Order: sequence, then C-alpha cells, then structure tokens
Amino acid sequence: MSALLEVEDLKVAFTRRGEPDSVAVDGVGFDVEPGEIVGLVGESGCGKSVTSLAIMRLLPERGNRVTGSIRMDGADLLALSDKEMRERRGKDLSMIFQDPLSSLNPVIPVGLQVTEVLTRHRGLRKDAARREAADLLDRVGIPDPRRRLDSYPHQLSGGMRQRALIAIALACTPRLLIADEPTTALDVTIQAQILDLLKQLVAETGTALVMITHDLGVVAGLCDRVNVLYGGRIVERAERHELFRTPRHPYTHGLLGSIPRLDGPPGEELAAIRGSVNDNLPWTDACAFAPRCPRALDACTAGTPPVEERDGRLLRCLNPVGVMS
Amino acid sequence: MTSLLTRRRTRIDELGGRSLTADALARLRRNPVAIVGAVIIGLFVLISIFAPLIAPHDAAAVFPELQRTLRPDSIPGSMPGFPLGSDQNGRDFFSRLILASRQTLIVGVLATLIGLVFGVLIGALAGAFGGWVDTVLMRVTDVLLSIPSLLLAISIAALAARPSQTTVIIAVALVNVPIFARLLRGAMLAQRDSDHVLAATSLGVKRNAIVVRHMLPNALGPVIVQATLTLATSILDAAALSFLGLGDGDPARAEWGLMLANAQSYLDVRPALAFYPAVAIILVALGFTLLGEAMREAIDPKGRR
Repeated sequence: MSALLEVEDLKVAFTRRGEPDSVAVDGVGFDVEPGEIVGLVGESGCGKSVTSLAIMRLLPERGNRVTGSIRMDGADLLALSDKEMRERRGKDLSMIFQDPLSSLNPVIPVGLQVTEVLTRHRGLRKDAARREAADLLDRVGIPDPRRRLDSYPHQLSGGMRQRALIAIALACTPRLLIADEPTTALDVTIQAQILDLLKQLVAETGTALVMITHDLGVVAGLCDRVNVLYGGRIVERAERHELFRTPRHPYTHGLLGSIPRLDGPPGEELAAIRGSVNDNLPWTDACAFAPRCPRALDACTAGTPPVEERDGRLLRCLNPVGVMS
Repeated sequence: MTSLLTRRRTRIDELGGRSLTADALARLRRNPVAIVGAVIIGLFVLISIFAPLIAPHDAAAVFPELQRTLRPDSIPGSMPGFPLGSDQNGRDFFSRLILASRQTLIVGVLATLIGLVFGVLIGALAGAFGGWVDTVLMRVTDVLLSIPSLLLAISIAALAARPSQTTVIIAVALVNVPIFARLLRGAMLAQRDSDHVLAATSLGVKRNAIVVRHMLPNALGPVIVQATLTLATSILDAAALSFLGLGDGDPARAEWGLMLANAQSYLDVRPALAFYPAVAIILVALGFTLLGEAMREAIDPKGRR
C-alpha cells in the first residue's frame, strides 16, 4: 500500500536579517498510510506544531525557509501554487487546533462556519448545506443540532466547541486530518470523550489522523505508530505497543518514566528528565539530547548519531536503552 | 411563585440565541451613562427632525417689532411670541436656536459617515493586504494625523473658493478619514494573526471571504465606538469652522458656531446670545461622547472596572 502522506527531510528554519537562522524542524521524515493514526510526540519547542503548520502550508509567508518534500498522493504540497493549496485545504486535508474558543469566529453563528466549508468545497446550496451541517453536528455528538446552528461560539461549552471544530474539519471527509493538541485546552473528562470521538470518526470515514501531542496518555490510547521528536528531529519511531513496552531512546524512556503509574508503590518519586530544551546541542556535530541524557557517551558529542532503521523501528541513538554498554 | 428550575430555564432560553450585539445592547441598557447620552441624542435628533414645526418663526425673518427695540446697549429678552427674545439683527433667537440643530446634525452625521466609509476602505485595504499597500496608505495617514485636526480642517476649508456647508462637511470628513483608517488597520492586523483566521485558512476559505467575513466584522467593534465619539468632535470642528468664518455665510441658515461668533461683539450687552448656542454645542457633544464611552464598555466587557 502506498503512503497517503510522505514527509521527507522536512526542514523549517526561521530567518531573521542579521541573525543566524533558528532551525525549528531539522530533517523530519515520516509516512502516513491511509486511515492510519500517527502520533507526533515531544515537549514544547521540539518542532511538532511547526511540522503540522508546514504540512498545511500555514506558516507565515515571510521569515521562514521550508525545504524537503511533503507529498500527498504523490503531489508535492510545497510545490503547489497558493490557489491549488487553498483548494486542497479543508477538502483533502484539514486541521484542528489547540484552543477551540479562539479557533472559531466569535461573531458568526457556528452553523455558518460549518456551511461555509460545505458551500466552498462541495458546492452545496444554502438549505442543503444547512441540513448537512445539522447532520454533522449531530454526528459529533452535539445535542439539539438544529438549534445549535444558530448559536455563537461563546454560547457553547469548551467540549462542544471542539466537537464543532471537528465537525467543520471533517465536513468534506478529508483523507488527512492533523490534530494539534486538540485536547490540551479541555477538562480531563472531556478530553477522553473528544479522543473517543476522533477515533470513532476517523475509523468511520477512513481519514488518516496525525495526532500532535505532548501527552503520552493520548498516544497510548489512540495512535497506531508514534514518532518521538526531539530538537526538530525524530529520535525514535515505533509501533505503539513496541514503544511503550520497550522504549529504546533514552528520551522516550525518560518521558515514559516521568508519567505517574497507578500500579507503582505509593509515594514513589517520579523520574524527571534533567535540564530543558535550552540545553540542546546543535545536531550538526552531536546528539542534541546528550547534555540531558543519563546514558550519554563521549561519542555522543563527537558527531551526529546515525539513524538506525530495523524491523519498522527507527532509532537515533548510540547507546539505546536495553543494550548493555 | 416560580421555582428556581423554571427561572433557570427561562434564563437559558433568553441566553439561547443571543448574539454578541444583543449582549452588548443589553449591557448598554443597564448603564446609566449610556441612558443619559442616548436621551440627550434622542432629544437632539427629534428636535432637529421636527425643527420647522417647533420653531415659531423662520430663521431668516427679521421682525420690525424686534428691530425697533434694539439699542446699542440693549437687546431685548423674552417677550410675547418670542420666547428667548431677539438676536442682534431683530430675528427670533429661539427659532434660530432650534433650526440650527438641523445644520449641526447634518454636518456631524455626514462628516462622520464620509470619514467612516473612506477610513474603513483604506484601513481594511492596508490591514488585509499589508506589504507596500499598507506602507503607502499608512504613511499618508501618518502625515494627516501629524497635523492638528482643527488646523487641518481650517486649511482644507480655506482652500474652497466660496465657503459653504459642503466645504465644511468635506473638510471635517477628511480630518476623520485617517482616524478610522489607522484604527481599523490595527484591528485588522490583530485579526490577521488570530487563531480563527488561521483556522479559516486551514479550511481553504478564499482570501476575500476571509477578509470580509472573518476579519472585518471582528475588527469593526472599536471603529463603531470611535464613530460615536467622532460625531462629537465633528460637531465641535464644524462649529469651530463656522465660528472662524469658514462655514456657510448664508444668513438665512442658522448655525450654532456662527451664532456664537456673531454674539461675540454683544457679550456685554446680552450674554444669552452666546450662552445658548454654546450650551447646545456642549450638550450634543457630551451626549455623543457619553454614548460612545458606554458603547466602548459594552462591546468590550473586559475593559470594565
């Protein structure tokens, strides 16, 4: 089966006159199969959101340089004209954002924001679009959808707003949906509902989902494959169960170790990863994670660690966990 | 007695389909400052609409019986048929005062509207497209804003070969354009970077639709408030222009600024001739300012103390 989305050697650098470029994404590559749920995991500043904006071509027009290739159905999204890209957004690929309140237009009723996409991409007439919009709201579990069409965003709860945004993003049954931390702004109880909803909808429509999150709990319940990002590069990629059972990269290992466990002894201290992203070394001549890594060797600061790909698993580490050294 | 449950339900129903505008209006109705402003403006508008019915006489009519009583050291006050007495030329002061409200309303509203339309056009263009369009438009705006507004109005009005009501409107409108343009441009820029515009872009919404449907309506709030406040300054500017002799010279037309100017020479003889037009100007300007400030608060609840 050929991949729906192929991201290859994607680099995003923010440029500023008189200053060295700041590289946010440094050669990220991953595939998404049709209908697959792929996770992009990492802490703040690792480049996961920038990657998603680059795929949607939503980065600001100026002040950045994007190289590499992003192919969807064989067509390079980076090579499309602005107009062609606008045609695809919302129709072939769409995105939901972190904050459901600020992502909705506050002065337009929710219904109009759903029908806008329907008339734009599916050419529906006004009343047909309205019927379809009510159906969509119903499908994402918004009660009394006909009345809710006339509600303004501030009249909906946080969970309902995110449901509405999901309805809008899936209105034209895109084949790819990118969700950028869709549950971060929500209550924990609502988070679970939204994740279940997403899971159910992508299964029904066959939409592939790229899930961007810093929450490994979200990944554990949802993703087929997981990419762990650090400092703008993928440091480990594995199938979900593999990753949780045997994390190989010390960073992944550290992330998993920092999650409180229900079955751990009471009063157990959580393992923390020392330092912060500010301690990163440049990838060009070291492993960026080395200064924070408990397993760092001298060799880790002597050159870029090579990428090793075996059994569907990708690893960028000289001294992985689970290997005697 | 209604139960708590039914009261809650009524409240939920009331809130149900309430738009932001309705919400703001509800807040406005509860604000005493807004009520006072609205009452003043309401009275002013009613008076100017029905001015010919309220005023007992024509603004230009000179009455011999009034003229006869004029002395260099006295101008008669109230007498039968003439509630506020005579002006310096033997015309009915009360009628002129009432009829002048029309000029003020017409000039104020037109100058603000014209300024608003062109200001919104320029501000929306600059804010939506950015780049060199923005740079050119905003530099011109900067130049206009750097000149004190009244000075600018005087210069423009003085360019006209023959001062008239139209030249006053044009002069004041031109002064208003950069104010609206600058304000809207800033609000549009803020919208351009907002999450919901990014979200709309991510759905493939066309650029024009994004500007018209997603940016402009969200950016207009402060502009609408400014329009109310600008009505006040427009009225003051127009009055100032007439006061300086750059307004409509037609004696048949009564105008508060001009009445004020003419009353100057008779301040020691009959101060009322200056007092009433001055109070009228102040009241109307105050009314618009109060309503404008209250609207600002109603539209942006965060700004409330």
